[in-house]
Amino acid sequence: MENTGTIILDLSYLLAAIMFVIGLKLMSHPESSKRGNFWAAAGMLLAMITTLILHKDETGQNIPLSNAILIIAVISVATVVGAIIARKIKMTAMPQLVSLYNATGGLASALVAFMEFSNPENSSTLVTVLGLVIGSIAFSGSMVAYGKLDSMVGDWFTPVLTYINLLILTSLVAASIYISVAVNPFMDINILFYILFAVALVYGVMFVMPIGGADMPVVISLLNSLTGIAAAMAGFIYHNQAMILGGIFVGAAGTILTILMCRAMNRSLINVIIGAFGGGGTAKSDKEVGTIKEISLSDASVLLNYTQKVVIVPGYGLAAAQAQHICSELDKLLTDRGVEVKYAIHPVAGRMPGHMNVLLAEADVPYEKLVEMDDINPDLPNTDVVIVIGANDVVNPAALDDPSSPIFGMPIIKVHEARNIIVMKRGMGKGYAAIENYLFYNDKTRMLFGNAKDTLQKLVSEIKNL
Amino acid sequence: MEQILHFFNDNKEAIFIIVLSVFLGIEVISNVPSVLHTPLMSGANAISGVIIIGGIILLGHADLSTINLKLILGILAVFFATLNVAGGFVVTDRMLDMFKKKKKQTNN
Repeated sequence: MENTGTIILDLSYLLAAIMFVIGLKLMSHPESSKRGNFWAAAGMLLAMITTLILHKDETGQNIPLSNAILIIAVISVATVVGAIIARKIKMTAMPQLVSLYNATGGLASALVAFMEFSNPENSSTLVTVLGLVIGSIAFSGSMVAYGKLDSMVGDWFTPVLTYINLLILTSLVAASIYISVAVNPFMDINILFYILFAVALVYGVMFVMPIGGADMPVVISLLNSLTGIAAAMAGFIYHNQAMILGGIFVGAAGTILTILMCRAMNRSLINVIIGAFGGGGTAKSDKEVGTIKEISLSDASVLLNYTQKVVIVPGYGLAAAQAQHICSELDKLLTDRGVEVKYAIHPVAGRMPGHMNVLLAEADVPYEKLVEMDDINPDLPNTDVVIVIGANDVVNPAALDDPSSPIFGMPIIKVHEARNIIVMKRGMGKGYAAIENYLFYNDKTRMLFGNAKDTLQKLVSEIKNL
Repeated sequence: MEQILHFFNDNKEAIFIIVLSVFLGIEVISNVPSVLHTPLMSGANAISGVIIIGGIILLGHADLSTINLKLILGILAVFFATLNVAGGFVVTDRMLDMFKKKKKQTNN
């Protein structure tokens, strides 16, 4: 008969695991999502507290009071730091932050596995090695993803990289198996283990490096599930059911989420990882390219002011220029003048799915004005003016009619069916997929060049003067 | 082969947990509106900080009388895992606040 403390601890782990599952389930519906987050957090807190009080090591020793105080101190500091950053960060920088926090989780898993390798009581070398390798990849990969989203790291792709990565991955797998089978864990930390740690870190960097900025959400989601799996491996080491279930559960959920995100872009996961965009797609050259026509601010303001129905298509350019508030102001101004204004939200607009919704909500745009792509498309032929703000690939008609285009088949907002189109763009640069957008050459399209925020600002004051 | 059977036998409970958790994870996430992908990813990210328990166990049984590797790695592991957990849940909460605000306006 195990003692009561251990049994209560196991029960609390069961409860925590149930709370994780209920939490994530509730989070997947808009009405209950906030409650879901609370449940998951409460489950985590429960597991942390009971571990601290009730956990016994192999010799039946509880956690000594001095250690407990140290743990509480470290947790308190980290909680304050983590929460303050999470509260202060700008809405637009949220994807980076998720990536950064994912990196810290992966690092923690790698550190735990690293230490447990030399523990003579640790019976399973395989899971320890896996925990180290997966945790390290999640850590360094997430750091690169963070750097890319924060524009500190650029994309770097050469076709050779795919083969190099394959080679590193193969040697990682081979080394992991070798260490698991051949190395005696009772020995002190083996030199091979250090090498494995280093190679796994390098692989994380090399794996994320060639992937383009717009694919980052998919990669973060993937790395996120890796962190979960790494935590589960550490759970194996400690025979800890809460860690195993929580980790694997998140690993599976993250993988499905990754696949769903890929599907929204009509791309396969393999495609994203290999980085098929890489500028390789040459669009049809025989296609008639028209001329770019600009529109003056005063013409644009008149067009918008004396019209019935306006649809705004926001993209990453809006987020990058922090233009969501002024965009909302334009919307309110037009609405006051009797114009019907709606927003067309592409599922992958912005840097993360749902990113646009969050940003516009922050700028007090009412929920019912945000219309999803499939619902707005039938409405576009009856729309007088569409304003495209910093979006490019998600409105490129090549996705519909040019089979040679790299984005062919991706669902788009059919802006070209509207009566008039105003495109706000920084310059004539191409979008993320680096392909020509024939929308800009359309007879109905007029361009407004400049930073989205400045342009919108000028447009708003112009309309006010009418 | 014998090793594999041995491994399975030693860890069969954990393997059962893993297999069922995979199905559970898939089941819970399917049919989620794309608007919620970001908060959901963030929430899942916070839960993956469950490694904090491992960190607590590691640091909990470390020797405090001298400075040793286990102590240092334990402190780092607890610190980073807590960042993941606390930061993750707070970020998710902030994202979901946006949805709540929207709802209120819809009701008006």
